[in-house]
Amino acid sequence: MMESKLFYMGKENRSLEIYIHLPFCVRKCLYCDFVSGPYGTEVRKSYVNKLLWEIDSFFEEATKESAEKYTCTSVFFGGGTPSILPSEEIDRILCKLKGYLVFDSPEITIEVNPGTVKPGVFEKYIESGINRVSIGVQSTDSEELKTLGRIHTYGDFKETLRSAKEAGFTNISADIMTAIPGQSAKSLERTLREIAASNLTHISAYSLIVEEGTPFYEMDLELPSEEEERRMYRMTGRILSEYGFEQYEISNYALPGFECRHNVGYWTRKEYAGFGIAAASLIGNKRYTNTASIDSYLGADHYETLKKLRTDSEELTLKDCMAETVILGLRLNAGVSDGDFYSRYGKHLRDVYAKEIEKHKREKLLTESDDGRIMLTPRGRDLSNYVMADFL
Amino acid sequence: MSNTDQSKIRNFCIVAHIDHGKSTLADRIIERTGLLTSREMQAQVLDNMDLERERGITIKSQAVRTIYKAKNGEEYVFNLIDTPGHVDFNYEVSRSLAACDGAILVVDAAQGIEAQTLANVYLALDHDLDVFPVINKIDLPSAEPERVIEEIEDVIGIEAQGCPLISAKNGIGIDEVLEAIVEKIPAPKGDPDAPLKALIFDSLYDSYKGVIVFMRLMEGTIKKGTKVLMMATKATAEVVEVGYFGAGRFIPCDELSAGMVGYFTASIKNVRDTAVGDTVTDANNPCKEALPGYKKVQSMVYCGVYPADGAKYPDLRDALEKLQLNDASLHYEPETSIALGFGFRCGFLGLLHLEIVQERLEREYNLDLVTTAPGVIYKVHKTDGSVIDLTNPSNLPDPSEIEYMEEPIVSGEIMVTTDYIGSIMELCQERRGRYLGMEYMEQTRALLKYELPLNEIIYDFFDALKSRSRGYASFDYDLKGYEQSELVKLDILVNHEEVDALSFIVHKDTAYERGRKMCEKLKEEIPRHLFEIPIQAAVGGKIIARETVKAMRKDVLAKCYGGDITRKKKLLEKQKEGKKRMRQVGNVEIPQEAFMSVLKLDDGK
Repeated sequence: MMESKLFYMGKENRSLEIYIHLPFCVRKCLYCDFVSGPYGTEVRKSYVNKLLWEIDSFFEEATKESAEKYTCTSVFFGGGTPSILPSEEIDRILCKLKGYLVFDSPEITIEVNPGTVKPGVFEKYIESGINRVSIGVQSTDSEELKTLGRIHTYGDFKETLRSAKEAGFTNISADIMTAIPGQSAKSLERTLREIAASNLTHISAYSLIVEEGTPFYEMDLELPSEEEERRMYRMTGRILSEYGFEQYEISNYALPGFECRHNVGYWTRKEYAGFGIAAASLIGNKRYTNTASIDSYLGADHYETLKKLRTDSEELTLKDCMAETVILGLRLNAGVSDGDFYSRYGKHLRDVYAKEIEKHKREKLLTESDDGRIMLTPRGRDLSNYVMADFL
Repeated sequence: MSNTDQSKIRNFCIVAHIDHGKSTLADRIIERTGLLTSREMQAQVLDNMDLERERGITIKSQAVRTIYKAKNGEEYVFNLIDTPGHVDFNYEVSRSLAACDGAILVVDAAQGIEAQTLANVYLALDHDLDVFPVINKIDLPSAEPERVIEEIEDVIGIEAQGCPLISAKNGIGIDEVLEAIVEKIPAPKGDPDAPLKALIFDSLYDSYKGVIVFMRLMEGTIKKGTKVLMMATKATAEVVEVGYFGAGRFIPCDELSAGMVGYFTASIKNVRDTAVGDTVTDANNPCKEALPGYKKVQSMVYCGVYPADGAKYPDLRDALEKLQLNDASLHYEPETSIALGFGFRCGFLGLLHLEIVQERLEREYNLDLVTTAPGVIYKVHKTDGSVIDLTNPSNLPDPSEIEYMEEPIVSGEIMVTTDYIGSIMELCQERRGRYLGMEYMEQTRALLKYELPLNEIIYDFFDALKSRSRGYASFDYDLKGYEQSELVKLDILVNHEEVDALSFIVHKDTAYERGRKMCEKLKEEIPRHLFEIPIQAAVGGKIIARETVKAMRKDVLAKCYGGDITRKKKLLEKQKEGKKRMRQVGNVEIPQEAFMSVLKLDDGK
């Protein structure tokens, strides 16, 4: 793969983001389409063992290609509810990673759900090197939490937040949800203000998407109209900014300097390796996603078998890479820098996308700065798929 | 075979309602007469084209010659001429019948007589053919051969007692049919020494031999070197080869004479020179007069055909040219649409013919097409006394120049079980039908007679008929002529711009209803844009209906989980693919399917 060097910035100082998928939860939420489920302790144990084996296999293969170690810039434990797992298991995974990667003060995040963290666990996380916690609160309204099928209360959230802080966490994020069936502008405002005033560094606010295959899809829900949903979206940005949270991505807000490094990595096309079922990776010019079946995953004895079970495997062409750089970059408020684009591909944005840029500028969905950076306008963010599809 | 005794020849066809088993019986006859081994048999020998096999209908007439050794020890030559089974090809049916001396009428033992049975049998009797019935599918549990025999005698008035009771599918009773052919179909007559007089009943273009002309010799003899004259088209040519029809192939012979069925080739380049129904004679010794019944084939239905990708226009032109070599009833001429660009206005015998051509263009020539709503030919009488044949609604002159307009009317016969008479009459009423009368076939079935405007039946009439009678109605029609009618052009405006390809001609009393439905349909078809899009229907500049496609407010993927970029890209790619299949009209993108919307206006029922 000689040409692959063209597409990313060489193997020197190659950095890597790590995603660990832990598909365990107490009970599946009604809207959830992620690969997760309430598995028993035995399955959880075998799963972690298999995951450690996968990490070994991955790095053994990578070492064959280049002896030089990757530098790890972030680790993200996502789920499911990773906090269901005993903290020792999390520690084993991190120790395993440290054996293969240079840890240069990476951002290490774990997702937790209120009511699932036992006393003393946050302290254990700190000992393992975890420095960021993301709490799934979704709403502070008990009716809305019930509608979503969440198992916790707002009180549980406050309790979890308090123990995280007491253990010494200073970088804490909360996930909230908008466009919940039955949600009013008023109740959303209350959630936003309560969460924003909780002394956090980061808030993700996702509009509910009813996905096929979830219980919500089968239910006759009273969902807000597109107009209402957009009003809620704009209100979210406005209220959060009152508390110092600036929007940096379509659904993400942070105090300055606390943007989620791991997520920004996705949008800036950093390389990342995902481990566990349904985890996605971008290595060099190749994207792939692990099998979503836990049985197949646990049943794979050879790394080759596991590789065969991957889905959506694709070798990216230069054109794909350029398109991805724009499409993913546009999710960020900062947009896509022409300088970065040029240093990667030796071409300016306008050499490749002049027509598309002009069209969407004309429609006032896109703006362009003097130094050639392109960004979505607020309306462009509402219609981002429409804009992005043109760059494919 | 040139010395075959005329008394040993039987020229016949099989007439039946669709699905009553015509093709299966033909297969069995060919099989039993032994020219083909079972291995050579395709599922249905006579139906050559894939399309025909899929639809279970015979599109073009074909013929086959077999030898039968009868119980009396004599060998007979059977020429079985297959006839198309659809009303679109009625004229071709009539020419095929004219090439025969008799016909086998196949009737389904369970279903009995249907509208097409009647239409075809009357057509055969009109051509003075001797018709004998065969009751098929007697092995079905619901078979009632006795009832059907009675029905045939009562309704058609031909002798049916003692007719062969068969199952073509299972090979039961076929020998009886073969003997009946010998006994009941008369031998041909005609003087082999008289001037040549042969009827063309079909032709086929072959890239090596040129046009292969299918004919029935009435008088005289034809052989290699004969200088032939086609009496209607005036084309002349020198015969290169004559022969007869083996199953699936052409078998050359020295000469063909009066009473025989066969083919000739003469390096003719275009099937237009050898029109079905024309008379072939010897240019050096012509017969006194041509055979009766020749008609120039006329298109009944027109529509615009455009390449989905404008750059494929030359490919479409080449494909149409090639198709026309073999299909004299296909007409086309270039036209331009503001909405669709360069394309062709094409004329067809009917909607089935249209669909067949469209499918062949897409399948055999790999073209992606956009077709506009089919319409009929209207006669526009202008105030200056001239008359124009209108095939494209966009060409309708200004109303001030129009004295009056006429539309084609058909006389139709609908056979229906008595339970559904009410709903079928209602349907005919809605389609501006004029009730002529009703006859009871037997206690439970009736034959409804209506006159209907052709433009009311070319779209979805058959479907509507089926759904409103639960499949128990059958329909057949004949073009009756033109009648004056209050017609208007319905225009569609999308974002205040008239879309020429969406205009159609409609009766003024139904204009409002059609306009409203059309707007509703288009509202479903046209995706949201960045701005609001009014969709309006107008007659003579006056808006009669309106719908609005609201502006797009939101098109965003909130969450993109765990770096699953591939899934997001797939979503965007799907969105982009969808856009490719759109046509830009002004600043609005219209999906190609929308141009066929007018065909789907009855969906809701």
